[in-house]
Amino acid sequence: MNRIPAALSHVLPSALNLFAPVKGASPNAKEIHELYVITLVIALIIFFAVEGALGYALIKFRKRKGTVAQQIHGNTRLEIGWTSAAAVILLGLAILTFIKLPSIEDPPNSGPEGLSLSDVSEPGDLLYATSQQKLPPNKKALEITVIGRQYIWQYVYPGANEADGLGAPYSYEEMVVPTKTTVELNIVSEDVVHSWWIPELGGKFQAVPGYHNYTWFKVEKPGVFHGQCAVLCGRGHARMIATVRAEEPAEFEAWLAHQKQLIAQANEEAAKARKKLNTESGAGTVENP
Amino acid sequence: MATYAAPIPQVTAHRAEREGQGWTSWITTTDHKRIGIMYIVTTFIFFCLGGTEALMIRLQLGAPNNTLVTPEVYNQLFTMHGTTMVFLFIVPMMAGFGNYFLPLMIGARDMAFPRLNALSYWLLLAGGIVFYASVFWHPPEAGWISFIPLANSVYSPSGGEDAWIYLIHLTGLSSLLGAINFYATVANMRARGMSWGRLPLFVWAILTYSVLLILALPVVAAAVTMLLTERHFGTHFFDPTEGGSPVLWQNLFWFFGHPEVYIMVLPGFGIISEVLPVFARKPIFGYKAIAASTVGIAFLGFLTWAHHMFTAPIPEAILVFVMLSSYLIAVPTGVKILNWIGTLWRGAIEFTTPLLFCAGAIAIFMIGGISGVFLATFPIDWQVNETYFVVAHLHFVLLGGAVLPIFAAIYYWFPKITGRMLGERLGKLSFWLMFLGILITFMIQHAMGLEGMPRRIYEYDNVGHLALYNLISTVGAFIIAAGVISTIVNVWRSLKVGVIAGPDPWKANTLEWFTSSPPPVNNFDVVPVVRSAEPMKDIRHEVQRRTSGAGATVPAGATQVGA
Repeated sequence: MNRIPAALSHVLPSALNLFAPVKGASPNAKEIHELYVITLVIALIIFFAVEGALGYALIKFRKRKGTVAQQIHGNTRLEIGWTSAAAVILLGLAILTFIKLPSIEDPPNSGPEGLSLSDVSEPGDLLYATSQQKLPPNKKALEITVIGRQYIWQYVYPGANEADGLGAPYSYEEMVVPTKTTVELNIVSEDVVHSWWIPELGGKFQAVPGYHNYTWFKVEKPGVFHGQCAVLCGRGHARMIATVRAEEPAEFEAWLAHQKQLIAQANEEAAKARKKLNTESGAGTVENP
Repeated sequence: MATYAAPIPQVTAHRAEREGQGWTSWITTTDHKRIGIMYIVTTFIFFCLGGTEALMIRLQLGAPNNTLVTPEVYNQLFTMHGTTMVFLFIVPMMAGFGNYFLPLMIGARDMAFPRLNALSYWLLLAGGIVFYASVFWHPPEAGWISFIPLANSVYSPSGGEDAWIYLIHLTGLSSLLGAINFYATVANMRARGMSWGRLPLFVWAILTYSVLLILALPVVAAAVTMLLTERHFGTHFFDPTEGGSPVLWQNLFWFFGHPEVYIMVLPGFGIISEVLPVFARKPIFGYKAIAASTVGIAFLGFLTWAHHMFTAPIPEAILVFVMLSSYLIAVPTGVKILNWIGTLWRGAIEFTTPLLFCAGAIAIFMIGGISGVFLATFPIDWQVNETYFVVAHLHFVLLGGAVLPIFAAIYYWFPKITGRMLGERLGKLSFWLMFLGILITFMIQHAMGLEGMPRRIYEYDNVGHLALYNLISTVGAFIIAAGVISTIVNVWRSLKVGVIAGPDPWKANTLEWFTSSPPPVNNFDVVPVVRSAEPMKDIRHEVQRRTSGAGATVPAGATQVGA
């Protein structure tokens, strides 16, 4: 007798997993997952009730010998009843979403073991309406600029040498972030519309030329998270991959320093090569304005 | 006094003009029935083309890292598939049924503007030819929504994108003229006694479809004109470096694009509302509620477009407003579904093919409606939008709300159009193949999206369950195709050997069944006075009463005049 509930307890969670998003490694992704599962349960109840009623009506009231169709034109009470029932259910869902919303949208403070951070710069005057950047309560977070372009993601980290932002360390395709630290993303595009999405780290946000779009995530444990561009951006769209690698803060700092050094080295070599080319072609004689 | 020809409720046409013969009579015709047939046949051919593109898409995705088609061809395939199904199949197919049956259902002899009606058809055909001609040069590849900046001349230099623009213009103009024609016809040419409260629900649906088209199409016409000037004449409406905005395109396109969903499904709902009462042998449950919910859905449909843009950089207040307005639209939609179940309740349901297609349509549409609530909740949308979850959602909505009802309409009205019945066995086979095929193809796509597979990608790596899920989906697509082919074979056979239908084979409720099958050129010699929302039922009872002699007992339902 207990077999059926036991079997159900095995089947149900796996069915729910099949039809629910990934559990997530960041608080926003986890909260979205939870909101989704609650909505799914309510939806399944309504779904089976209505599909059940449809199936029941089709089987029970099929034409047999002697069946007479009842000439009913409607029922005003029933109409009012189910209209208000539908409205109440949806109102409930709206309230549920509003309750969950702050934990999905508002980034928490970084943990005590996270990276020590400087204040995040509030967005300056922008030409266009953008989505609003939400900051943690203590206004401290690691801000990374995500730049979409056909067909690669570039990430620019804080730590510029000069005031105009030059010399900031950057990386392509793989973003490296410290654990236990709130990471704010400032998403922009240089060509067409792209969409930033790492399923385990929260929802997706379009990168639109001329606009800033914002999101955040916070990873507790080291790990690698995969995603890819989610808006058609051309023939290479399927290969516009994004990866986030979370490392302990100390390791992250070491990686960032190393990355900076590599970039400086590469720039130096490029400068040398340029000089050589210029002298060889004679273009070097032209003074730079 | 109504004039009834006893004993069969049918009026033969004496004063009808002779129907023209030969192909020239078809290209010069202004008869709404012939134009309707041309619409239906043309759009069904486009449906087969769009379906073939869908099968090629599914073949490419049938295995991970497949190399069947190049990324370029893949992008062209899904652009052609989406555009074809929306602009060259569903919307004009509804216009085709509207053309043929709306005048008959309201007891009119033609549309209000017969020549304009012919122009509508030829504009549609021109749009289709311009668009499909691009196959021989370079088809568009920026998606059916032509995302900007991807669709501008820098990133899509080929002429395919321009072919897409002209398709929107030509089919848009066609639909706009058709919509004005439908509205004028319903407003002015209804039979005596057919008040607004006795209008067949399919006519209510076509009327609402027309109003939606009239309100939404000018916006997309403006948007694609802006895209055209952007591509060729150096304007900068959408260019942020010159003060324009790519989000403007999203706003303009979806301001049209969301009502377009209701433009596609409301006539489908109208077909369901016509077919269910006929085969449940009951009046429609809640006529007024269904008519009112049609208008309610249409109105709310204009307030929800930004739910297609939840991941775009837009302010929080808009996210909240659009979530609530999108929730709200679920109420009239739910009311419709419950009224349909109410119509079946305590009926004597005859399981004919049209009824099966309608019942299946409701079951399938329910799935799309429910997943729509997830997409309306914007935090959930952030996870599932632009993935295969949305692909599943939109296919459930459009297959349930439009395509299965179109098949119901084919089986329901084929006898009226051709005078012959379609085969029931092949019809039922077609239904079950399509119904199961749809479930197999699209249910699993929810899981694909939730596992992180974005839409519009030509290949994917063999991670998680993606390979298995995609294979299941591909198999399902071919089952749907087998179902469609069964109907094509059925039509082919029945045109020659189908059972002769007679004027009213289903014992239906609306006036198109009052005339012969196929109807004569002038439709009716005598237009009956309408006394309820089910004039044919009244006429049958009246005939029965008169022929069975005075004083005979009046059968149940005969006295129910007015809804």
